[in-house]
Amino acid sequence: MAQINTGTAAPVLEVDNVTKTFPGVVANDNVSLTLNEGEIHCLLGENGAGKSTLVNMVFGLYQPDKGTIRVHGKETRFTDSGDAIAKGIGMVHQHFQLIPVFTVTENIILGNEITKGTLLDFNTARRQVLAIAERYGLAVDPDATVGDLSVGEQQRVELVKALFRDANILILDEPTAVLTPGEVDDFFSVVRNLTQQGKSIIFITHKLREVLAVADRITVLRSGKVVGNTTAKRATQQSLANLMVGRDVVFRVEKTTTNTSTTALQTRGLRVQDNRGVQAVTDLDLEVRTREILGIAGVEGNGQRELVEAICGMRPPNGGTVQMLGHETTAWSPRRIKQLGVAHIPENRSKHGVVAQYSIADNLVLNRYTHNKFSKRGVLNRSAINTEAVALIEQFDVRATGVTAALDTLSGGNQQKVVVARELSGNPQILVVAQPTRGLDVGSIEFIHRKIIELRDRGVAVLLVSAELDEIMALSDRIGVLYRGRLAAIVDAADTTREKLGLLMATGSTTHPPQAQQ
Amino acid sequence: MRQLSKTDLGITGVSGQLHRFLTQAWRLQPLYVSLYAILLSFLIGGILISVIGVNPLTAYWALLRGMVGDGNKLAGSLARSVPFIGSALALAFAFRAGLFNIGAEGQLLAGGLTAAYVGALSWMGNLPGILTIPLILMAGTLGGAIWGGIPGVLRTKTGAHEVISTIMLNSVVLFVARWMVGSRDPVVLRDTESTVPRTKTISDTAVLPELVDSLPTLHFGLLALTGLCFVVAFINNRTSLGFEIQTVGLNPHAAHYAGMNVHRVIVLTMAASGAFAGLAAASEISGTSGYFQPGTFFLMGFDGIAIALLARTQPIAIIAASLLWGSMLSGAPLMQQEANMSIDVVRIIQALVLLFVAADAMVRYLFKVRKQDQSPFQANTIGATL
Ligand SMILES: Nc1ncnc2c1ncn2[C@@H]1O[C@H](COP(=O)(O)OP(=O)(O)OP(=O)(O)O)[C@@H](O)[C@H]1O
Ligand SMILES: [Mg+2]
Repeated sequence: MAQINTGTAAPVLEVDNVTKTFPGVVANDNVSLTLNEGEIHCLLGENGAGKSTLVNMVFGLYQPDKGTIRVHGKETRFTDSGDAIAKGIGMVHQHFQLIPVFTVTENIILGNEITKGTLLDFNTARRQVLAIAERYGLAVDPDATVGDLSVGEQQRVELVKALFRDANILILDEPTAVLTPGEVDDFFSVVRNLTQQGKSIIFITHKLREVLAVADRITVLRSGKVVGNTTAKRATQQSLANLMVGRDVVFRVEKTTTNTSTTALQTRGLRVQDNRGVQAVTDLDLEVRTREILGIAGVEGNGQRELVEAICGMRPPNGGTVQMLGHETTAWSPRRIKQLGVAHIPENRSKHGVVAQYSIADNLVLNRYTHNKFSKRGVLNRSAINTEAVALIEQFDVRATGVTAALDTLSGGNQQKVVVARELSGNPQILVVAQPTRGLDVGSIEFIHRKIIELRDRGVAVLLVSAELDEIMALSDRIGVLYRGRLAAIVDAADTTREKLGLLMATGSTTHPPQAQQ
Repeated sequence: MRQLSKTDLGITGVSGQLHRFLTQAWRLQPLYVSLYAILLSFLIGGILISVIGVNPLTAYWALLRGMVGDGNKLAGSLARSVPFIGSALALAFAFRAGLFNIGAEGQLLAGGLTAAYVGALSWMGNLPGILTIPLILMAGTLGGAIWGGIPGVLRTKTGAHEVISTIMLNSVVLFVARWMVGSRDPVVLRDTESTVPRTKTISDTAVLPELVDSLPTLHFGLLALTGLCFVVAFINNRTSLGFEIQTVGLNPHAAHYAGMNVHRVIVLTMAASGAFAGLAAASEISGTSGYFQPGTFFLMGFDGIAIALLARTQPIAIIAASLLWGSMLSGAPLMQQEANMSIDVVRIIQALVLLFVAADAMVRYLFKVRKQDQSPFQANTIGATL
């Protein structure tokens, strides 16, 4: 599909037998990889396989212990990312590095300002931003404030930023993890556009469907080693999953039907405002029964976050009530709600879910340290906390050097597993989960899906919020679609389709045809 | 814990050997920047002294004997150090909650004022020491707690940053104290029989037991405040309160999610932090001077900041750092007497120590230590707070 024949083109980037160790782990073990001009090269692997470490070395954020990196045939040693940028390498990190209060143009030129004398030349900069956006089909408004943009738009800003610095090698670390299905399609057309114009791309993702759709070549890592090289044409989802995990993976976990009984969670006329005081959830009536998974589908930003935070006591509603397990919990604190038996996997892991500097063990008791198993009369029982941690990292297969390792030394997916382990253990009665498998590899997704279903079968009421339609469809018994803060519909999972849900998510109703895309 | 290898630390050469010795043989890993800072400061101080034309070894020898030369000198040094423990602890404790309490100066004054007032109440003389001593100490603690708690409340209710509000409150209490103690019309707390502005002397029963009759008096406060450091270390490392405080400091959003009452923790931490300074002030009033003068605690709060940073805000290390700080000040006069060096040399060395501790990148560079083995604590040091 790329116009340049990948067989004969000179590699733009060669990583040759690179090794990188961190205390106690070999994150990359003799890894080699070549990237040809105009190619999309997918990097696949389990959580903690070493993908981010590898691309961070290419971008100059880490230095390899052994091995060489060549750019356009020339051996290079980057001491920081500034060197890498100068060599035409750009990276879009999973966590965006934009300044919310600045405009798009200001963010893009930051660190690479165009000046007229001593003054910033905004007009020229703005024109260049527009030209780049035009050329690669990246719709951005140069004057918008970044804080007001959706995640998808921010990502486009990051891309323009890299292109503004004349990057011809682009590294994208899990760019699609945070995008809605529609945004993913747009994103891929941008990526194809880029490669057609000679850019070369390293693309990390856990979504195998995406890999097969866009990749030219695929490199699979496992435990820091390259375990396979293939092309999208020769691979299938199952073969890739197998290569990554080393066993067969079930993409859709088996689920039996159950008899739901009593109502465990109920909202009545719930109204919640977002941070800016805008009504994000309006007059919402919702009911989750025991032994049931109620999925909430919807494009992000339609009130999901505010709904979840209101239920879990983190955001006081401005109207209506929440009832759980026979108590009116509307004004309860997060701790009281937790103690009632409500577990909550928060949507934003690094903001709410963990303390990055704490050990794994401390993170595993972050909201349970007052439990008399972990502390007595205000004194922490360190050995009980450690014992629990050892058991949980074993049970949830968290890949780490030990329970005392600081959480921020774990790979993104393993951090998520720590949160999931904490919330799923300790016998919850109600489980409120938002984006539980974001950033997880296929094997871990399967595992967590099994766990959620297992809890449901034990009688737990589950409220599942996810931007992944596949996840909603696979797990839910009933599905509610949230549209502009209201419940557009509640349907039985058994008699709905992806298309119907997509329509509901996009328009809030099934009767209107979808708005024509411009 | 896995032993850090030489290559992990990027160690080379003689300074590397020294580093290894300090950190591994002495197990002082988290404090090595401080040790180097002290070393460097004395080196530069020595150069300074020789430039002036004095043999630095003579000067330092005199300083050392001034600090610990005989029993009396040692006791005097210890006595001089006692209040620093409290003011340093005030900064360190708040620091864990991500709060930069630079109001120990004012919290000492507030505590000193309340302690002196309660200690001089006429009915105190009729009570036995077993009641009056706790009373005077509690009064000082409470005064400090209130003065520390106010910025905490302001922070949670209005968002006012504690750096600004504690600085303001330092001035407020200083002028209030000067007026209360100085004014003859009306008389508020002034001892009208004294020619200098000061409060009435506290009743005899409220005087803390003395340990050594040195100059200044080494009193029971030393034991109280060192004990307090161990208590704080225990709170920090072993209790759920300490866990909450640190969580609020590192990630208040996660603390909120985890069901901690972030506002309560902030107010409580600031109040406790002020209480430590207030207790130090009360023990000084009760153990040494017996009355309050607005100048008594001059710079003690600010020295506390330097000491806390030198000790990397570790409570136990604060004991050692305070002792060093106080005894340097206490030993300086002998250096002046014997080597004819101004006591300001000690102040210069102390300023250098603070500089090197704050700018630890310099120390790391000089001693070729890479940043990799940084303690997690440093992730949220003042750079981030300011
Ligand atoms: N700064 C660090 N210090 C110590 N260990 C680290 C550090 N960064 C990564 N590691 C370890 O290196 C290994 C590889 O991590 P890396 O982040 O590269 O994984 P990944 O393939 O990107 O995983 P994910 O899909 O979960 O993002 C993991 O075992 C991780 O714990
Ligand atoms: Mg990663």
